[in-house]
Amino acid sequence: MFRKISIITVLVFMVSVFLTLPVLAESLSGKVEVNSWWTAGGEAEGLNALIKIYEDKYPDIEFINATVAGGAGTNAKAVFKTRMLGGDPPDTFQVHAGHELIDTWVVPGYMQPLTDLYKSEGWTNSMPQGVLDIVSYQGDYWSVPVNIHRSNVLWFNKSIFDEYKITPPRTFTQFFDVCEELKSKGIVPFVMGTKDGWEAAHVFESVLLGKLGTNDYNGLWTGGVKWSDPRVTDALETFAKMGSYLNTDHSALTWDEAGQYLLKEKGAMMIMGDWTNGWFMSVGFEDYGWAPPPNNDGIFLALSDSFALPKDCKNQENVVAWLKVLGSKEGQYSFNKAKGSIPARTDIDISDYNDYLKSAAKDWQKDAISPSVVHGAAASEGWTTEYKDVITLFISKPDVSYAQKALVTAAEEYLE
Amino acid sequence: MRIKGDKWTPILFITPSIVAVGIFVYGFISWTGFISFTKWNNVLPDYTLVGFKNYQKLFANMRFQIDLHNTLVFTVVFVGSCLLIGLLLAVLIDQRIKGEGMFRNLFLLPMAVSFIVSGVIWHWLFNPGSIQLGNIGVNQLFEKLGLNFLNSGWYTDPKIGIIAVAIAAIWQFSGYTMALYLAGLRGIPLELREAAAIDGASKWKIFYYITLPFLRPITFGAIIILGHISLKIFDLVVAMTGSGPAFSCDVPALFMYDTTFRGNHFAQGASIAIILLLLVSLLIIPYLITTFSKEA
Repeated sequence: MFRKISIITVLVFMVSVFLTLPVLAESLSGKVEVNSWWTAGGEAEGLNALIKIYEDKYPDIEFINATVAGGAGTNAKAVFKTRMLGGDPPDTFQVHAGHELIDTWVVPGYMQPLTDLYKSEGWTNSMPQGVLDIVSYQGDYWSVPVNIHRSNVLWFNKSIFDEYKITPPRTFTQFFDVCEELKSKGIVPFVMGTKDGWEAAHVFESVLLGKLGTNDYNGLWTGGVKWSDPRVTDALETFAKMGSYLNTDHSALTWDEAGQYLLKEKGAMMIMGDWTNGWFMSVGFEDYGWAPPPNNDGIFLALSDSFALPKDCKNQENVVAWLKVLGSKEGQYSFNKAKGSIPARTDIDISDYNDYLKSAAKDWQKDAISPSVVHGAAASEGWTTEYKDVITLFISKPDVSYAQKALVTAAEEYLE
Repeated sequence: MRIKGDKWTPILFITPSIVAVGIFVYGFISWTGFISFTKWNNVLPDYTLVGFKNYQKLFANMRFQIDLHNTLVFTVVFVGSCLLIGLLLAVLIDQRIKGEGMFRNLFLLPMAVSFIVSGVIWHWLFNPGSIQLGNIGVNQLFEKLGLNFLNSGWYTDPKIGIIAVAIAAIWQFSGYTMALYLAGLRGIPLELREAAAIDGASKWKIFYYITLPFLRPITFGAIIILGHISLKIFDLVVAMTGSGPAFSCDVPALFMYDTTFRGNHFAQGASIAIILLLLVSLLIIPYLITTFSKEA
């Protein structure tokens, strides 16, 4: 009898434990697969910081970190696309906010709006209008931006500039004067790596911006300004001249390999996005300075990495939890500190970020904002690819009238 | 006497593979062909037919024109050099030298390396270095040997970019061509050469009138194999150079990948695929015709 009772007691106890367990552990379980192209240096550290926050919060969710290597996400995007079209969407994936997000995914109807999440988390107040604009389409918000990068930054080796008493050139004329002087001293004035096929187009964005100014540069991508404009011709001619001061091996190098010129004090200047800052930090290089490229004063050419929620995603609740981490103060603070970018939210204390980031955050608040083309903010992916091809050809074979004609044709096709 | 069911057994066995090949090869070829005539140039499929518009645009595209030119140069250099080097190596090894097995394996080994690996290796070897940082790779070797005049920009020089890629491919495939030729050489009856030698033919004459004619089918087969490799080449270029300066190393397959997955031009990608298929057919169909006419 006693035995029977004890067995029943134990059984009842066990059953009740099993029943209450899921209630006690109210957090989510299952898994979440996050796709990105953050595999190297600071960006991988940033991602790991986010993963750590997420795993501490939701210890029962298995986090699958599905990264695909390749700068600017060129390979990763191919993988996401194949999966989306094949009806097996990843839970969530990295996408450049702007036209890449809207034209490629939102307009065709592959995404879920995140407007409710924005409201419940208060992001509509904590993110600036410039960011909200590029993630919205038809009144809804479609992705959560984690960071802001600046595309138009002129990096220079401080020792070289100090030695020859050079100040950062503010106009193209000054830029070429500096180039001449450095060239005569046996230093590569202007450094570029064009192996991956997007870098030259990236630099040309800043040149276009310098020649046309924010409004008319934006107009090029919305149809307000024609590509046959004489200022585009001028930009191409200037770019060709800049090309004549380049390191001869640019087509063998990626942008960071080209950055070695700055590290070794063999090259003086480089125009590249501000992930360069993160890369400099990760290789322990401190002897660098920065300035806006010629004629780019007061203009912030921006791009933003964001994550979105595909329709039919299998672990929706877990993804929403991930997006909440991305948009949280804590998430944005630790991610951007490691990656070397500034938070998309403006209500975060970044006083212990490095000097470059602090200055970038200041510029972000006061500068005019323009969207980057190569990094998906200004134009659809189809147009971006054609623009990139034209400029890639141009940097090695600078035929101004041919390039301009090709740019005009591309614009006509995508603006119709 | 044959059992009636016997007639159907072979057909039964062969059906699964016919169905699989039908769907996964010919089905997808037809699908690609269909896509190449549609308007599907965004992520969302659009099956509106537009005729040959994609092809027209493709041939007007400067990148594709460069690609076709590159493919031609690459094919001629790659196939030609592989045949010459392969034949030379095979003839040398056929002299019954000591350590034949070792040499044979040595020359064949590059083929066992994947294109990605050899692409990375040759990327380093052919990195020209620069005036400021000094020569590296092959250029440094030439410099040390006092052969400075041989230095060049390799794949960073728009004029010879694609040839640098071809050299890497030749390194990888001439050993394979050697193996093909060696098998051919061993298949030539010894009596013929002996008879010719007795009749007083010189070594050159024997080679020219007996060996080479016997090797003709091997050469034909090698051209087919190497030719279709050169038309399909993708991984080596990706790993070694990418598109190169002014697309000097670019090939249609790379453009197809770019335009399809980066530019979302699915229809344009499909038309490149079809053009590549047609080019390969130019090689394969004469081969099939001669093979079948021999069997008949």
